[in-house]
Amino acid sequence: MSVKKFIRERFFPHIWCQGCGHGIVLNAMLRALSALGISKNEIVVVSGIGCSARISGYVDFHTLHTLHGRALAFATGVKMSLPGLNVIVPMGDGDALAIGGNHFIHAARRNIDMTAIVMNNRIYGMTGGQFSPLTGYGMKATTAPYKNIDHDFDIAELSRAAGASYVARTTTYHVQQLTEMIKEAILHDGFSVVEVLSQCPTNFGRRNKMGGAVEMMESYKSLTTPIGSKAKQENPALIERGVFVQRELPEYCSEYNAIIEKLKKGTEK
Amino acid sequence: MTQNIKFIQGNEVCVEAALYAGLTFYAGYPITPSTEIAEHLAIRLPLISGTFIQMEDEIASICAIIGASLTGNKVMTATSGPGFSLMQEGLGYAIMAEIPCVIVNVQRGGPSTGLPTNVSQSDVFQAQWGTHGDHAIIAMTASSHQDLFEITVDAFNMAETYRTPVILLLDEVIGHMRERVFIPEPGELPLVERLKTAFKEGVDYHPYLPREDGRLPMSDFGGIHRFNVTGLVHDMWGFPSNNPTIAKGLMHHLIDKINNNVHEIARYKEYHMDDASIILVSYGCSARSARHVVENRRKRGEKLGLIELQTLWPFPMHVIRNRCANARYILVVEQNMGQLVHLVKMNVARPDKVFLCNRIDGVFISPTDIRNVLRVIQGRGV
Repeated sequence: MSVKKFIRERFFPHIWCQGCGHGIVLNAMLRALSALGISKNEIVVVSGIGCSARISGYVDFHTLHTLHGRALAFATGVKMSLPGLNVIVPMGDGDALAIGGNHFIHAARRNIDMTAIVMNNRIYGMTGGQFSPLTGYGMKATTAPYKNIDHDFDIAELSRAAGASYVARTTTYHVQQLTEMIKEAILHDGFSVVEVLSQCPTNFGRRNKMGGAVEMMESYKSLTTPIGSKAKQENPALIERGVFVQRELPEYCSEYNAIIEKLKKGTEK
Repeated sequence: MTQNIKFIQGNEVCVEAALYAGLTFYAGYPITPSTEIAEHLAIRLPLISGTFIQMEDEIASICAIIGASLTGNKVMTATSGPGFSLMQEGLGYAIMAEIPCVIVNVQRGGPSTGLPTNVSQSDVFQAQWGTHGDHAIIAMTASSHQDLFEITVDAFNMAETYRTPVILLLDEVIGHMRERVFIPEPGELPLVERLKTAFKEGVDYHPYLPREDGRLPMSDFGGIHRFNVTGLVHDMWGFPSNNPTIAKGLMHHLIDKINNNVHEIARYKEYHMDDASIILVSYGCSARSARHVVENRRKRGEKLGLIELQTLWPFPMHVIRNRCANARYILVVEQNMGQLVHLVKMNVARPDKVFLCNRIDGVFISPTDIRNVLRVIQGRGV
């Protein structure tokens, strides 16, 4: 399965550090798209600002590299005006849930058909390692040099509560599962969230003594477990992987289109 | 032929004109005194298979219209001061990425929440310099509903011509006042449609390579050309670049395409200017009171004239420089602590002969307010 046809080679080399998990996510995303066989002209990738957001430049689709946190708002304009397009929004944890938190919950609430891939590396990597809303209590960052007293979000729970109709979580270690989830999320008619735990050895792992990229990826294997597993019951600290939410809810563009159709028939004044 | 005459609010005129100009996508967030624009478009747009969406805030609103503009729509959002502040980052993005859009600011008193239901004209400088970085902007205004209709259509046309955001700087008085307006027949006012590339699929297409006339023929998202759009400094492919030559070239392109066309963009009206020795310069609702004073004084034989600016940015300095050359006094009438007055002073030979007549208390400036200042200028006491 060649994903090279989806790449803009002119844009390379990419900006990501050695051992960064984001390239794995990019690879999984392109494999998912390749498997689905969607035409390149029907895919729009909208991103905000941050390491993860640079994905948009590297791929040969319609690509919109926007403002920090605002990708989902731009994407809403694209999708509402041309609902036939497949809209994918790669986001970082800070991009999605700090500066973009409001847009995130409202896109989920509308259940507008797009796929948010939240690449959760628990840190602001591009600016050099400041804590994000996903860094977690007790961790270290350049702006939490003694320890972080901010508690983190649970992205899956937040997405579910906000109204997302597909919510899944996996890690860069579980690449097959990641590809399957992205495929499902793109096919899903509604707002889909795929959270991917993605290692940042440079700015998160190093400062928190988690080792290099390999050690961090191995920890994804040992610290996560499938949803509802026996291991989770025995050790509640384990992070669950899998599909948390998959439900049929009215999709926003379809709802709006139904109003237009109704008006055309003159059944509503 | 029956004429389409309406007696409506300025905000509704803006809606009628936007639809006339080809508006198909609106995103907004409620805010006084602009809300009627959203309310009317919520009714009207679905009827023409257009899109209305109420977003979670003004930041999201401007982002949504930019996204929709990229798929080929004529787009608009409307707000007032506090929302306009929130839109500044999106405005900068639209300037940098060259996305046509119209942003309406129905001005109210500020700063902050200020005077939500009262008139002001204090966002003139914010319209130009609210967003960070060097840039050029087009900002337009009007003082009557008939003018507002034409200026709104003009705003859409200029957004397309220059691929840039255009700000419609209205005010609470114009937005809420009811006045008669003739809605032109389709085709009566010229419309500018988006310039699209003629390149076929598969060619090495340069979305950000301007033509010789500075215009940018672009492809729509969802079409046959795939390209990158970014708020970073970018090359002709839309790819981010740190190259100093590219950065300098882009900056010149973005500013020159507007400022070098100030003669094309400048809209203004003149009243009794041929032999005027005291010249009033005004815009928006203030120009109504200024015109009243000028017309009355002319009846008494006093040589007053009025320049009513409809394009505020790029500032039509040639108009002020040429038409005010023989003025004894110049009185700038505006509802702020003095914004446009600085620009007028910068563009006349005798800045000490330029005076400000203003109101800042949320009350519409009256002819009496202007007459009181004229008495002082003319040495007739207070």
